[in-house]
Amino acid sequence: MRLIEQIGEWFDARLQLAADVRETAGHMVPRETASWFYVFGSAAFVVLCMQIVTGILLAVIYVPSAGEAWNSLQTINHSITLGWYIRALHGWGSDFMVALVLIHMVQVFLFGAYKFPRELTWIVGIFLLLMTLGMAFSGQVLRFDQDAFWGLGIGASISSRVPGIGPYAVNLLLGGPIIAGATLSRFFALHVFVIPGLLIAFVSLHLLMVVKLGINEWPVPGRIVSKATYVKEYHELTKRDGIPFVPSAVWKDLIFGGCVLLSLAACAAYFGPFGPSGRPDPTIIQTAPRPDYFFLWLYALLSLLPAKMETPALLIGPVVVIAGLLLLPFVFGEGEKSWRRRPLAVLTVLLVAVALGTLTDLAAHAPWSPEMDAWSGNPVPEKFLEHRTALERQGALVFQVKQCRNCHALGNSGGNRGPALDEVAVTMTEDQLIRQVIQGGGNMPAYGKNLSPAETTALVAFLKTLHPAGQPPARDASREIVNGESSPPSGSSQP
Amino acid sequence: MSESGELSRRTILMKLGIAFNAVVGLILAVPILRYVLSPLARSRKAGYESWIPLGAVSDYPAGETRLASFQNPDVQPWDGKTADSACWVRRVDEGKFQVFAINCAHLGCPVRWFAQSRLFMCPCHGGVYYEDGSRASGPPERGLFIYPYKVDAGKLFIQAGELPTPGNPNAGIQKTGKATCA
Repeated sequence: MRLIEQIGEWFDARLQLAADVRETAGHMVPRETASWFYVFGSAAFVVLCMQIVTGILLAVIYVPSAGEAWNSLQTINHSITLGWYIRALHGWGSDFMVALVLIHMVQVFLFGAYKFPRELTWIVGIFLLLMTLGMAFSGQVLRFDQDAFWGLGIGASISSRVPGIGPYAVNLLLGGPIIAGATLSRFFALHVFVIPGLLIAFVSLHLLMVVKLGINEWPVPGRIVSKATYVKEYHELTKRDGIPFVPSAVWKDLIFGGCVLLSLAACAAYFGPFGPSGRPDPTIIQTAPRPDYFFLWLYALLSLLPAKMETPALLIGPVVVIAGLLLLPFVFGEGEKSWRRRPLAVLTVLLVAVALGTLTDLAAHAPWSPEMDAWSGNPVPEKFLEHRTALERQGALVFQVKQCRNCHALGNSGGNRGPALDEVAVTMTEDQLIRQVIQGGGNMPAYGKNLSPAETTALVAFLKTLHPAGQPPARDASREIVNGESSPPSGSSQP
Repeated sequence: MSESGELSRRTILMKLGIAFNAVVGLILAVPILRYVLSPLARSRKAGYESWIPLGAVSDYPAGETRLASFQNPDVQPWDGKTADSACWVRRVDEGKFQVFAINCAHLGCPVRWFAQSRLFMCPCHGGVYYEDGSRASGPPERGLFIYPYKVDAGKLFIQAGELPTPGNPNAGIQKTGKATCA
């Protein structure tokens, strides 16, 4: 024991750090900040350290070459002892990190911690969020499977829409005219050198400011932040009712951080690594690319925005959101901190959470995507074929063969791009069905050129049978009146 | 010399040192920037503006649309399978072709051809195109991207060295000034 102390003293005589470290660790923080609400930032930091370690471990094997990356991931998954587990830890770590950064941000926002004098801490935090998302996207690219390859194409298509510099931006993003070796190499440099370097620098700044400016006190309704008096009030508070950060507050960070790491380890063990999905071969087109979890909302948004709004939304939306986040502490730098007195802040968080949650949930089902194999894989359910005439059954065949099923469900199977047609005859008359099939419209292609008159007749005959047993199909009342004048007064239907 | 005079002399020397380093920095910035911006360099375009063979014309029956794959003109040995691309070749009649990029005009996902309904469908966001490449429905704002082609000695050639995107639909081909010829 004496020897360890002596070695410690030898080092500190030269480093002269121990006193500063002790002072920083034991600095006084307001008593209420030793709270379970104040643990998310430190947990994100713990996961960041985990990502650095597992990232380096993966880089030991991974080959950042378009020709070999996918194979090297297969080797890590299947041939290296516990390679799959390190990949799983890194992949799940990325999801955990995005989640923790977002939760931390919401907590900081609701507790008014971005207000004077912590404006710069918030701004650095916004950059940390952007870098975390940048790491999540570039990490998905390094997986270099089909999702990554076509995801890059989506990134290129979005970048290309910037007026004036779009095409140049695409070439810089891809490192050349197409998605290939140069693309992977530059995303490797981004993911492994550029963003992590900035991330570590910005995290250091972020932490430095937390220590220098003090942890945000627990917001009390009615305690107003004013630039003239805040610093003095804060110091009085920590003097009057302060506790040393170590050990009085840090134990909660340690326990929560440990729980997060344990959950991460459990998720990685139970669910395993993400992919890689299919080989990144641009000539294999039987693929339906999907982004990783944290970009699913964007995938949904891009499907649901009206075509004309898409480019403006893509190019202006992020600028407005980021500018708004950066300006927040300058516009609302003083005043009430407590979320109990800030209903707009609470509403904003709820609105954003509900919007992102709904879009993410929609993207998990992707009702806007045609089901590419429904026409050949999902037969028409028998109940739609029983007691039908030969013509109507012929129509069911046309319905399958012409891929109608890819967008229209029958009996809960098939695509959801268009409406399910189980009861279409109740809402559309024969004429309306014919018009819709031939001319399309309302987001449906026109089939006029692709169906022969006989096929159209059969198809519409089949569609006319799609109504519940007790409910008659829709009929055109005006036609009956028009026809009624020239037909027998009995009102019987036309032959 | 007085102490303040000594100090101002030192200050001037320090400023001179800063200015000197700024000039050196500028000199170094030129090659570094040129290296970073090299994907934009015009000299590289010559390679990917060349004509790429798609095989014999007889491989493409009239009235049909078929998937063709080709190797990009500007590739590196480590590109692996990404050196290849695919496209849809539609032979309208004996002498007329249409060659469509595989990429949806919305966000670049690979579109699939359905010969029965004569439609191209995109698996990502549900873009649909007619057999002539024009937009049928969904989020795309335009029809499929079309590569220029030529027929030479019974062989089909296209210009397709650059990924076509909504902001650059005629990627890398318009400068040659001899588009679609048969």
